[in-house]
Amino acid sequence: MKKIFQRPTSLKQVPFRFCPGCGHSLIHRLIAECIDNLDIRERVVGIAPVGCAVFAYDYFNFDILEVAHGRPPAAATGLKRAMPDRIIFSYQGDGDLAAIGTAEIIHAANRGENISVFFVNNATYGMTGGQMAPTTLLGQKTTTTPSGRKVKTSGYPLHVSELLSTIEGASYIVRTSVDSYKNLINTKGAIEKSFRYQMEGKGFSLVEILSPCPVDWGFTPKDSITWLRKEMMSVYPLGTFKDKFEETG
Amino acid sequence: MREKLFLKGNEVIAEAAINACCRFYAGYPITPQNEIPEYMSHRMEEVRGVFIQAESELAAINMVYGASAAGARAMTSSSSPGISLKQEAISYLAGAELPAVIVNIQRGGPGLGNISGSQADYLQAVKGGGHGDYKLLVYAPYNLQEMWDLTMLAFDKADEYRNPVMILGDGVIGQMMEPFFPTPYVKPDLPEKDWSLTGCKGREPRVIKSLYMGEGELERRNQIFQEKYLTMKEIEVRYESVDVDDSEIIIVAFGIAARIALSSVRRLRREGLKVGLFRPITLFPFPEKKLSVLAEENRRFITIEMNAGQMVEDVRLAINGKSEVMFYGRPGGAIFTPEEIYEKIKTVY
Repeated sequence: MKKIFQRPTSLKQVPFRFCPGCGHSLIHRLIAECIDNLDIRERVVGIAPVGCAVFAYDYFNFDILEVAHGRPPAAATGLKRAMPDRIIFSYQGDGDLAAIGTAEIIHAANRGENISVFFVNNATYGMTGGQMAPTTLLGQKTTTTPSGRKVKTSGYPLHVSELLSTIEGASYIVRTSVDSYKNLINTKGAIEKSFRYQMEGKGFSLVEILSPCPVDWGFTPKDSITWLRKEMMSVYPLGTFKDKFEETG
Repeated sequence: MREKLFLKGNEVIAEAAINACCRFYAGYPITPQNEIPEYMSHRMEEVRGVFIQAESELAAINMVYGASAAGARAMTSSSSPGISLKQEAISYLAGAELPAVIVNIQRGGPGLGNISGSQADYLQAVKGGGHGDYKLLVYAPYNLQEMWDLTMLAFDKADEYRNPVMILGDGVIGQMMEPFFPTPYVKPDLPEKDWSLTGCKGREPRVIKSLYMGEGELERRNQIFQEKYLTMKEIEVRYESVDVDDSEIIIVAFGIAARIALSSVRRLRREGLKVGLFRPITLFPFPEKKLSVLAEENRRFITIEMNAGQMVEDVRLAINGKSEVMFYGRPGGAIFTPEEIYEKIKTVY
């Protein structure tokens, strides 16, 4: 009998403790599946960020370094340069990557560091209880924008993938989502491509993943998916923003 | 080999690091330590190490954090304002028990201050500097020979204790040139880095972190740290005493201030004044036991620093009221002369 489905070896045998309807567990699983597929578990070092995903080391079954808020691209640079034959990825949220760590992500991309970055955009600060993120939508209510985000005081949602795609050093920049089976498959494909590019020495890649946060958005898991599709995707369109090595023809 | 080298203080630190098998350096330009990244940029290429000019001091020390987690001997350097920026990651290094060498070639402060030599970061260096209960092992070289020797030692001690170690220099010692003996590096027996993150081939996955949320977990971690600092206090204390045995006044000074004070002590001695110099070489752990013993013999102390009075607090704690402790200092990057110290001692003798 052929086994066609199993828990990835790259995940520990423990249940996820994320909130109901949260996208992190899906994204953790997709990363783990890709690492299994590529057979790189024994040479991967992942970076756990500050935020909801800090407990990545409780779930991933490979080496993990926890890094200060916003600094994963710098620490990933240190890991990769010290061990060029290892596979290094950072897992970062929107506060980590698009607010406090903006300088680090831009310069890691600009140096063309041969690393993979998985950027989870849920338009809020989940861990701290739902404050405004740089990616919070205009009008979106958060605990620090109680009447909705206003341009006048808080500016606009930051488009990280669009921004990074203008940087010469970046090789592969893509935005995906985990709202549907189809988009999960696309996300998995993007994560795997990002790892493959790193293995082939093709340089910096970032996969931005739109992900639901029902608890802080104040919706049911089901309504969160609707909101993500209707509101988030219209501000953050899915697609490949840059692929230096895209196979043509 | 007793051949002498003639280099600038900052270059001595960089070459000593290379000599001690440091193969990872990340930094950001700031005066008066620019010779360190400049020197590293070509030397690391020669030895096939890694040199990165980072986008900020924050990024530089987090690159060091990553490289250290991979098991590499890693170093960063900066000067006072840049060292303030590094404090966050220094706290993380201490919390994650990652070895690293951090060089502070101090300049005048606060704020942007100036680019003159200063010792105004003493308290920041020895009391932790960042958030949380932690300590760095802090070395204060006073000549280029010590810049060489202590830098190499710093890498060994960082690995031995799995703790960040700081070389606390200043703009004067960083910029000056003098000959020194490039003593060869002899690596001591150090435990294998059985904690480094190199991929989990043939072993269980490892985690390096500083977040401990479970009941009592973080307190237990802190107790381990405190035991480590206690061990440092017992066996890592270094100091030098000059003419203290019969002295009536002991000057306590570190780094370049001690170098300047030494000239004054020699002149005062020639004139028959019983003045000695006590020079802490490790600022943490502080040589408090020796100072306490010296204080029992009815003599007075004067702490001399290029700041508004920082180490004097530790001197007073060590002496604990047993003797008078005076202070003379110049803040804001002002540098005193041997004559100035000489005159000062004459007035209080």
